[in-house]
Amino acid sequence: MIRVNDLRVRLDGNPIVDGVDLDVARGEWVMVIGPNGAGKSTALRAIGGLLPFTGTVELNGRPVDTLPRRERAKTIAMVNQTPTVPPAMRVLDYALLGRTPYIPPLGRESATDLAAVEEVLESLDVAQFAGRRLETLSGGERQRVFLARALAQGAGILLLDEPTSALDIGHQQEVLELIDRLRAERGLTVLATMHDLSVAGEYADRMVLLAGGTVAAAGPARAVLTEENLAEHYRVRVRIIEGEHGPLVVPVRG
Amino acid sequence: MTALLRDNRSAVLKPAGLRAGWLAGGVVAVLIALIAGLAFGSVSLPPAGVAVEMLNLVPGVHLHSGLSDREVAILTELRLPRVVLGLLVGGLLALAGAAYQGVFRNPLADPHLLGVAAGAGLGVTAVISLRAGATGDATADLPIGVPVAAFAGALLAVALTWLLGAAGGRDRSPATLILAGVAVSSFLAAGQTFLMQQHVDTLREVYSWLLGRLATAGWHDVLIVLPYAVVTAVIVLAQRRELDVLTVGDEEASGLGLHPQRSRYLLIVAASLGTAAAVSVSGLIGFVGIIVPHTMRLLAGPSYRSILPLSVLFGGAFLALADLLARTAGGQAEIPIGVVTAFFGAPFFIVVLRRSRAGAA
Repeated sequence: MIRVNDLRVRLDGNPIVDGVDLDVARGEWVMVIGPNGAGKSTALRAIGGLLPFTGTVELNGRPVDTLPRRERAKTIAMVNQTPTVPPAMRVLDYALLGRTPYIPPLGRESATDLAAVEEVLESLDVAQFAGRRLETLSGGERQRVFLARALAQGAGILLLDEPTSALDIGHQQEVLELIDRLRAERGLTVLATMHDLSVAGEYADRMVLLAGGTVAAAGPARAVLTEENLAEHYRVRVRIIEGEHGPLVVPVRG
Repeated sequence: MTALLRDNRSAVLKPAGLRAGWLAGGVVAVLIALIAGLAFGSVSLPPAGVAVEMLNLVPGVHLHSGLSDREVAILTELRLPRVVLGLLVGGLLALAGAAYQGVFRNPLADPHLLGVAAGAGLGVTAVISLRAGATGDATADLPIGVPVAAFAGALLAVALTWLLGAAGGRDRSPATLILAGVAVSSFLAAGQTFLMQQHVDTLREVYSWLLGRLATAGWHDVLIVLPYAVVTAVIVLAQRRELDVLTVGDEEASGLGLHPQRSRYLLIVAASLGTAAAVSVSGLIGFVGIIVPHTMRLLAGPSYRSILPLSVLFGGAFLALADLLARTAGGQAEIPIGVVTAFFGAPFFIVVLRRSRAGAA
């Protein structure tokens, strides 16, 4: 469960996130959309406790900035837009990094840690790559390994920054279906940013449209993905077509 | 572990870490370097007898080695401190290099290329030049204050290099930091030259130190460097898993529950302390910090959990053997050990540079 109240973040003195309120219920998937520079990634990083902010961010009822780091890492896991791929690191070792909050200083991975990672790799269908170097995997496989590391943290809340931006539409759909399945199986709470509006609308329980660091619209996809909203905040002419799982956004030439 | 975590050779996968085989290999390398370093020189001694004498140093062991008293004296009073110092200094420089490479996420980082050694050198020169009543005796024992001055110089240098390198902005390439290190090195070397010119009376002493002090090593030098070596090794090795986590970047490491900045400062201070201690007793010996960790990385994998301990062992063995070459290959005159390591290190550095360029492209 995420509860954000009046979140404000300044980077180099500039207000990037400027008073955002946002709630994600347990087990819910909320998609944050908005034009480039709207503050989506910054808001996500602040919610993950990775940037200084003002306002309140509560995770499962506890303020994120009062959680000890290890405790925080067991509560919330984040996958960056473009995670660093450490040279020559094997998939197994990369996923095991997710167990860091459970490994005592000076300690090593326990059988429990190995079992947890093994289970995650299997459920993401990447166990067969465990001994391969991360850089030898394709984009889609790699994205699943990034997810595996986050899931290995055993956190109930998942923050995903553009989880599909590097993927073709086939793999995009595959990864989003996977996240949706994991969310159902593990009762995960998911907060993600997305650029593809139609896809975001299809998977989201609710959407939040950020513009200029503030919430411009929030609610179910149908309420947020309107021709007026998108014209105003993206400066784009679109046609909204009613789809099977939500509105489909089609840009039309102005 | 189930069958799923097996690689295609159907061996069960183990998490990254130090493998027993590599650890044993490192210990064997150290023993070989130790025995070879003790047995060969201006007077050659039988390696078997040397090995027996080493066992005799263990309390309670008295075995007959077949060596004369004079030979035993050469062994324990002249050669042993020199070889032990070589092992310590080599281990420290390699460990410091590996730590810097992890902290700066830069494959080219090395105590010399970052200017740390030059900073330590300036510190040592200052102490030798400025101490009251300097004798000018080139073989005199170094004052106890030398490592402290070297440490201060080393920290100053690494801070300058870091700040100068950071001026390149967020997306700086590995080369930017090294260029900064070169600039800082030149600056500090200029300061050192100035000090040396101002205190001509101590010039000979400083030069003798600069070219490598392993030649005049006695147990005094070993005792000076030992405490620093222990502190450095304990701190750096304790951070071995943190260094692996840091490879994913500071923000993600923080998200995984670490304090990246805290680890980084701790490691920089410890590595600089180790470099300073090594430089203060041995002079300027280059490239050990880059050759050894990279070889370990290529052979035993990218995890710092294996690179760090193996760097200590193989770094020590490498420098002890380089020292053996330095004092035997040149005939009458010893070759400065820094010349030997540079001879191997410079070509190696070019290979590493090419690889890191290829990786960045």
